[in-house]
Amino acid sequence: MNERLPAGFDLEPERYELQEAPFLDLELARRDFFKAAGGGLIVLLFLPAAAAAQEAGGGRRGRGFGGRMPAEIGAWLHIGEDGAVTSFTGKVEVGQGSRTSLAQAVAEELRVPADSVRMVMGDTALVPFDGGTAGSQTTPAMVPQLRRAAAAARELLIDLAAREWKEDRGLLEAAGGKVIHSRTGQAVDYGKLTRGRKLVEAVGAGAALTPASAWKVCGQPVPRAGGVDLVTGRHRYASDQRLPGMLYGKVLRPPAFGASLVSLDAKEAEAIEGVMLARDGGFAGVAAPSEREAERALAALKAEWKTSPQTAAKDLFEILKQGPGEGRDREGRPEQERGSIEEGLAAADFRLESAYTVAYIAHAPLEHRAALAEWKDGALTVWTGTQRPFGVRGELARALGVPEERVRVIVPDTGSGYGGKHTGEAAVEAARIARAAGKPVKVVWTREEEFTWAYFRPAGLIEVRSGVKKDGAITAWEFRNYNSGASAIRPLYDIPNLKVEFRPSRSPLRQGSYRALAATANHFARESHLDELARQAGIDPLELRRRNLKDPRLLAVLAAAAERFGWGRARAAGRGFGIAAGFEKGSYVAYCAEVAAAAATGKPAPEVKVERLVTAFECGAILNPDNLRNQVEGAVIMGLGGALFEAIEFEDGRILNPRFSEYRVPRFGDVPVLDTVLLDRKDLPSAGAGETPIVGVAPAIANAIFDAIGLRLRSMPLLKSRG
Amino acid sequence: MPRAFELKINGASRQVETDPRRSLLSVLRDDLDLTGSKYGCGEGECGACTVLLDGRAARSCQVAVEAAAGREITTIEGLAKDSKLHPVQQAFLEAGAMQCGYCTPGMVLAVVALLGQKPKPDEAEVARALQGNLCRCGTYPRILAAVRLAAGIAEERKR
Ligand code: FES
Ligand code: FES
Repeated sequence: MNERLPAGFDLEPERYELQEAPFLDLELARRDFFKAAGGGLIVLLFLPAAAAAQEAGGGRRGRGFGGRMPAEIGAWLHIGEDGAVTSFTGKVEVGQGSRTSLAQAVAEELRVPADSVRMVMGDTALVPFDGGTAGSQTTPAMVPQLRRAAAAARELLIDLAAREWKEDRGLLEAAGGKVIHSRTGQAVDYGKLTRGRKLVEAVGAGAALTPASAWKVCGQPVPRAGGVDLVTGRHRYASDQRLPGMLYGKVLRPPAFGASLVSLDAKEAEAIEGVMLARDGGFAGVAAPSEREAERALAALKAEWKTSPQTAAKDLFEILKQGPGEGRDREGRPEQERGSIEEGLAAADFRLESAYTVAYIAHAPLEHRAALAEWKDGALTVWTGTQRPFGVRGELARALGVPEERVRVIVPDTGSGYGGKHTGEAAVEAARIARAAGKPVKVVWTREEEFTWAYFRPAGLIEVRSGVKKDGAITAWEFRNYNSGASAIRPLYDIPNLKVEFRPSRSPLRQGSYRALAATANHFARESHLDELARQAGIDPLELRRRNLKDPRLLAVLAAAAERFGWGRARAAGRGFGIAAGFEKGSYVAYCAEVAAAAATGKPAPEVKVERLVTAFECGAILNPDNLRNQVEGAVIMGLGGALFEAIEFEDGRILNPRFSEYRVPRFGDVPVLDTVLLDRKDLPSAGAGETPIVGVAPAIANAIFDAIGLRLRSMPLLKSRG
Repeated sequence: MPRAFELKINGASRQVETDPRRSLLSVLRDDLDLTGSKYGCGEGECGACTVLLDGRAARSCQVAVEAAAGREITTIEGLAKDSKLHPVQQAFLEAGAMQCGYCTPGMVLAVVALLGQKPKPDEAEVARALQGNLCRCGTYPRILAAVRLAAGIAEERKR
């Protein structure tokens, strides 16, 4: 939308301004869009070809809008004949505030209040294809797309007004949902401009965006969209959905990982009135008119299982070190390599070698996996809580042997995910049982199922070898992560001799994404090890970091955290201070922790209370300071759990602590005084913030514990001994 | 054997016929479609299912329906009166004390119960009263701020 219309250009009946040729039957799409949205103005945002190919996984498979929209469309928005603004995106709201910040982005460019923008999210029949709400991509990727679409819409509205008034468009501007003549003050509503029209505008990447320095809606602490529905309990999560005639489904679970079903006697279960059985290979489920009857039916299933020997927890790290097993590349490939480790070590005054471990942990979102599935004329609709509506649509299509076009996934705003709801287990189960039962079926996992049959954040072993000179210059850095992952594995520190690698392993437990992925494990090892180096060299840990850093953004958050904390002041007896810093997904974070610690007699783990945690965070231009603070604090608090006490215990393929009474997560009383410093960089693009603030909580605390009592803890969680 | 019960919910009388030992939570959610009370654990550990029984916070997943009969049950749906939000709901909104909101109904009711007993709780009392209510999103500091707002108390000095 950079070029303006030539004078006298006929806008009616519709106008297609394409900067890149899309393969879209616009005429067909037009009908579909207006059928879905009603008359008015529609703006389709086309992605650059490369981004579109990536979104679609290289093909045209991943089409949105019920399969009729090409992958090239990243977002679309509609301005109705009443002026109502509706914007459509495949992103979902899982508590990270995206519904609000995306609406702000649209509102900013359209010059309307944020609460007048309605976001339609995560419904595969209505929204463009989207790869998923993950990796902190909503802000850096979706926000600019929606802003471009909205900016294009605004310019088009100005064009419409200029044409109607026969005025120079340069004299017109958009404000408060109207186009206004800057001289005469004459004004017209958006609704009036779009009334009686069916306009489609297709735009590419060209539309100019409002710079952050001129933001009026973005950058403001806009309250959470839908907040009233949350405080009144009116919002219906996936687990709250219901349909007439709906049955409750339950799934038969193996007694342990790796067990397979040998035989099943379902006579007794099927004899219970109203109970339906669903069988499909190794899958067995029941449906009944009430949850209780479904539970009874499940208990009445007589299954025989064949189990196989499973990894013993005590061998875990040995096994992870063995690599991926037969026929797979054991060495891994260095993520980063320069200079020579041996030379770097030879040049050092102090050398150090240590190993760090992280345990498997669970996401434990408060809303369990849940899905309601309904079949109608061979087409399937599933309401479920997931971070990847299109991914789950694909899973459903494959598992049930129906084309994707016949599957609709609707994601109501979800009771959080933290990277744990990328898959559609409950959706597939509900769809299977519903097909067998011939009625809609809802499956809600129990807490125990959630702790057992979901996936975990990977456990990991990290070995570090390093050398430092007396003046604090790090001369060698060898860093190897087994199994947990490569995220944020590369240090931002300037080290001449460096070898960093990730070696995948065969994990005994099912593992997957978790908020910030392996960035937490890698930061734990790196920032703990730096502290160890500082102690060896007799240098202040903040100073050591400064000496080896050039990155101004990381230095800035370090300085901000240290200043707010009062780094360098005297500590009381039994108190210790720790510092850690990190970078991931375009944002920067630094922490200072104060703990009270005492060695506990007879126990390997000390008694620790985290007293205060200062977090300085920078993710470019801040879209919504209130939501950002909420995200940073939430991630830090979640990080306390993994740092201090969360660990999945297992034996013989069974999870030993699948309940909140046995798996401890942070509670009210665990929260220290939190002090959060947000650095707003209006000159930099906005990055996501839901993940990165979790990465360095553990090392800041571990370093503070060492400072207090001279005990170095190298395992996460810090307060559980590995026996 | 199912039995008939009269439940007093949010000021109205509701008839249910059910197994007496079923949890109040499942009756509320499945039989009466009052889904504002959430299931989070089923073992009394998370507080997502919190309701008020005669004004006191109770974990509805741990209360048999027969034990709830005859008592005043308040669920989150009954808190706002004449489409006016309860002050605690208002305070949660003002403090932005939520992310995914799944813990929110239980938290709100737990705070209503707390303030009913103790109109001006200090920080330690709030933490103690809400220790059984989990927020996995980690909005505890904001929930504390919401309690202060609702109770009309200024922030305690941080050291
Ligand atoms: S569901 Fe009742 S306490 Fe968790
Ligand atoms: S807001 Fe998500 S659990 Fe509390």
